[in-house]
Amino acid sequence: MSDQEYIPKSKFGKWFNDRLPLLTLASHLTDYPTPKNLNYWWTFGGILTFCLITQIVTGLTLAMHYIAHADMAFESVEHIMRDVNYGWLIRYIHANGASMFFLAVYIHIFRSLFYGSYKSPREIIWIIGIIIYLLMMAAAFMGYVLPWGQMSFWGATVITNLFSAIPLVGEGIVTWLWGGYSVDNPTLTRFFTLHYLIPFLILGLVVLHIWALHVPGNNNPIGIDVKKPSKDTVPFHPYIVIKDGFALLMFMIVFAFFVFYAPNILGHADNYIEADPLVTPAHIVPEWYLLPFYAILRSVPDKLLGVVAMLSAILILAALPWLDTSKIRSAVFRPLYKQFYWILVADVLILGYVGAMPAEGLYLLIARVATAYYFLHFLLILPILGLKEKTLPVPLSITEPILGGSPNLATAKNKEKLNN
Amino acid sequence: MKNFFKILLLTHFLFVVSLSSNAAEKVEYLKTDWTFKGLFGKFDRGSLQRGYQVYTEVCAACHSMKYVSYRNLAEKGGPEFSVEQAKAIAASFEVKDGPNADGEMFTRPGKLSDKFVMPYENVKAAQAANGGAYPPDMSVLVKARGGGANYIYSLLQGYEDPPIGITLDEGVHYNKYMYGNKIKMANPLSDGLIEYADGTTASVEQMSKDVTTFLTWAAEPHLEARHRMGFKAVVYLIILTILVYFSMKRIWSRIETEV
Amino acid sequence: MSEKKTNRRDFLFTATYAVGAVGLGATVWPMIDQMNPDASVKALASTEVDVSSVTPGKTITVLWRGKPVFIRRRTQDEITDARSVKLEDLKDPQKDEDRAKDPEWLVMLGVCTHLGCVPLDQKGDYNGWFCPCHGSHYDTSGRIRKGPAPTNMEVPKYEFVNANTIKIG
Repeated sequence: MSDQEYIPKSKFGKWFNDRLPLLTLASHLTDYPTPKNLNYWWTFGGILTFCLITQIVTGLTLAMHYIAHADMAFESVEHIMRDVNYGWLIRYIHANGASMFFLAVYIHIFRSLFYGSYKSPREIIWIIGIIIYLLMMAAAFMGYVLPWGQMSFWGATVITNLFSAIPLVGEGIVTWLWGGYSVDNPTLTRFFTLHYLIPFLILGLVVLHIWALHVPGNNNPIGIDVKKPSKDTVPFHPYIVIKDGFALLMFMIVFAFFVFYAPNILGHADNYIEADPLVTPAHIVPEWYLLPFYAILRSVPDKLLGVVAMLSAILILAALPWLDTSKIRSAVFRPLYKQFYWILVADVLILGYVGAMPAEGLYLLIARVATAYYFLHFLLILPILGLKEKTLPVPLSITEPILGGSPNLATAKNKEKLNN
Repeated sequence: MKNFFKILLLTHFLFVVSLSSNAAEKVEYLKTDWTFKGLFGKFDRGSLQRGYQVYTEVCAACHSMKYVSYRNLAEKGGPEFSVEQAKAIAASFEVKDGPNADGEMFTRPGKLSDKFVMPYENVKAAQAANGGAYPPDMSVLVKARGGGANYIYSLLQGYEDPPIGITLDEGVHYNKYMYGNKIKMANPLSDGLIEYADGTTASVEQMSKDVTTFLTWAAEPHLEARHRMGFKAVVYLIILTILVYFSMKRIWSRIETEV
Repeated sequence: MSEKKTNRRDFLFTATYAVGAVGLGATVWPMIDQMNPDASVKALASTEVDVSSVTPGKTITVLWRGKPVFIRRRTQDEITDARSVKLEDLKDPQKDEDRAKDPEWLVMLGVCTHLGCVPLDQKGDYNGWFCPCHGSHYDTSGRIRKGPAPTNMEVPKYEFVNANTIKIG
C-alpha cells in the first residue's frame, strides 16, 4: 500500500521481514499519509480503539471472578465490588466503559454522516462499521444481563420476546434462545459465552475496518480526494498519534469523572435488586444508548411492525451510501444538507428522550413524529437533496482552498465566523 | 478545543436525560448534609458506628445484610471499629456451621470472616413472618433505590396519618415518600428508641441519618478509596493532558498547519 | 539559542513520556493485583480443629487454605525413631524437637515439597509418609529421607487453644 517498498536496515530484520512482513506493516502504519486538516472529530477512531481494549482487558479480569449461574451471579458481582482487590474499580470502568464506548461510537457515526465519509470509495468501511455497531449493541445487551439484577432479567425478557413477533416460528425461536420456558440459568450461561466472544469478533472487524480505511485513505473535513503522500498529508506518526493521544486524554478525564464520582448514574437502581421472576420493576428502560431505537419500537402499535421498524432504523444505515445521491461528500459545501443533518441529530436526541419517558399521551405522539421523520430523512430527503441541492464551490486541494486568505481552511472559516 | 466544549455539552445532555429518566417521580426528598458527597467525601465514623447500632438493634430484626461481613466493620473506610470490638460483635452472634464429623449442623459464636447473620433462613420464611412482604436485604439497598441515601433518610421520617379518603388495609401503613404511599413496614423509629453508646440523643432524625450513612457505606464500602483515587487520577490526567498538548503543539509547529 | 531550544524540547518530550509511563504502570497494577488473594480469602486464614477423637497412632487430615494438613498423634515408637535420627543423615537437617513442640502431636502441611502431591500415610521406607507421584520417602517426623523432594514437609503456624482444639494459621 505504501508507495515505496520498505527495506529493513538490519540483516536480521530483512531475514525476518522476508518471511513475515511485520516490519513493513509497522512502517506502513507509522508513515501512513493522513490528511493534515483532520479536525478533532476524527480522533474518535483512536478513542474507540482505546474503548475496545479497555472493555476487553477489564472484561477478562472480571471474568476471573464472575460466576455465570443464576443463583450466584448477583452475589459474585457483590464479591467483586467488596472483596476482590480493585474489583470495584475494574467493574465500574467496565460498566461505564460501555456507555463511553457508545458515546464515542455515536460521535464517530455522526462525524461520518456530516462529512460524507460513507460515500464512494468508502462504502465497505461504512458497512463494516455498521456491523461493528450491531455487535456492540448485542454485546452491551448481553453484558447488562450478567449481573442478574432486576433490569438484567426483565431487559433480557423483553428483548428476547422481540423475536416472538416473527410469524409462525417466533415462539420456537424465543424458547430456543432461552433454553427453557423463561429467562433462566441456561439463558445466563449462553449470554455469558456470547458476551465473551463478541468483543473478539469486533476486534477482528476493527482490523478489517482499518484495513479498508487504509486503501483509499482518510476522508477529511472538506471531503475532497487527497493525493498521498503530498503536502496535503502528514505521516500518521507522530502527527496524528499525538493529536489522537491528546483527544483521548480529554476523553479519559470525562470517563474518570463517571467512574470515580458518578459510577451508577448511567445505570438503573433496580439492577441492584436481585432478579425476581415474580415482580417486574415499575419502569423498564434500556440503557441510554439504546433509547432512540426503543422509542421507535414503542411508537409502532403493532408488535411485528414495531420490531421491523426498529431493525430497519439500524439496517437503513447500511444502504446510506446509495441513498445519498450527492457527489459532494462534506456538509461544509452542502448548505441544505447541513441543516437537515442538524435536524436529524435533534430528531435522534428527541427519540432518545421520549424513549426514556412513559409511552403514553404527548410522548407517544412525539415519538411517532420523530420516528416518521427519521425514515423520511433517509428514504426521501437524502435521495432528492442530492439531486436538487445547489452546492458551494469545492476547493481543489487542502492547501489551496478557495475560501478566505488563510492556507488553512479551518482558520479561514473561523475568521469568517468572527467577521460575521 | 472548541469542539471539546461541544462534546462536554453533549455528555451533559446525556447526563440530564439519564437523571430525568431516573427521577420519574416528582417527590422532593428530605436532604441533609451528607459528609460522603463531593469530590473528597468521607464517612463520619461516629455516624457509621451509631448507624450500625441502629441497624443491629432495630432493622436487623427483619432485614438481612447478607453481603456484609463482620470483618468489614473493622476495615479502613468503614465504621472502623477496632479489630477487638469487631471480634466481640461477631462473637455475640450465633452462627450456624457444619456439618461436623458426625454430619450434623451446629452453632458456634461468629467469627470476623462470617457474613452478617440473617434474621430468617430464607426469603419464604421472611415473607411468612411479615405478612407476605419480604423485608429487602439491606446490603446494597441505597444503590437499589432511585433516590439513594436521601430516599432512605426521607422514608424513615415519612410516616404520617393517611389523608382523608385513603383507607389502609390491615398491616399497611402510610408513608409520603414510599412509591404509592403504602408500605408494609410499620414506623420503625421513635425518639429515644435506643440508647446510643456514645451518648448522642437518639432522635428519629438522628437515627435516620446514622443508619442511612451506615447503609450507604454497606452498599459502597470502597467509597472513600474511590474518591481518593479519583482525585489523584483526574489531577494526573490533567497534568498529562497539558504535557501532551504542548508536545503536540511542538510537533505540529514543524509544519504550517494549525492543530 | 537554538541549542537551548533543543534542550527544552527534549525535556518536554521526556517529561511527557515519563509521566505517561507512570500512569500506564499505575493502571496495570490493579489488573495484576486483582489476581492476588481477595479480602474474603485472606479472612479465612485460620481454622480451628477439634482433635479430641484422635488416639495415638491415628492421623486426621483437615483442609486449611485449600490444602490438606496432617495432624498425627504419634506413638512412643515413632517419637523415639524421629528423635534418634542423626542430623547429618538428613537432606534437610531439622530437629524433631523443632518440628513437634509437643512430641505427641505432629502438625504439618500434607503436601510433598517436590511437586505438590499428597503423600500416603504410614508408607515408605521410613514408616512415615510416601509420595506416590515421584517416590519421595518421609520419616515419622515428616522429614525427607529419600527421593526427589528437596525439603521436609512444612510445619504451619499452629497452637493449642485448649487441650482438645488446635488452631492452625
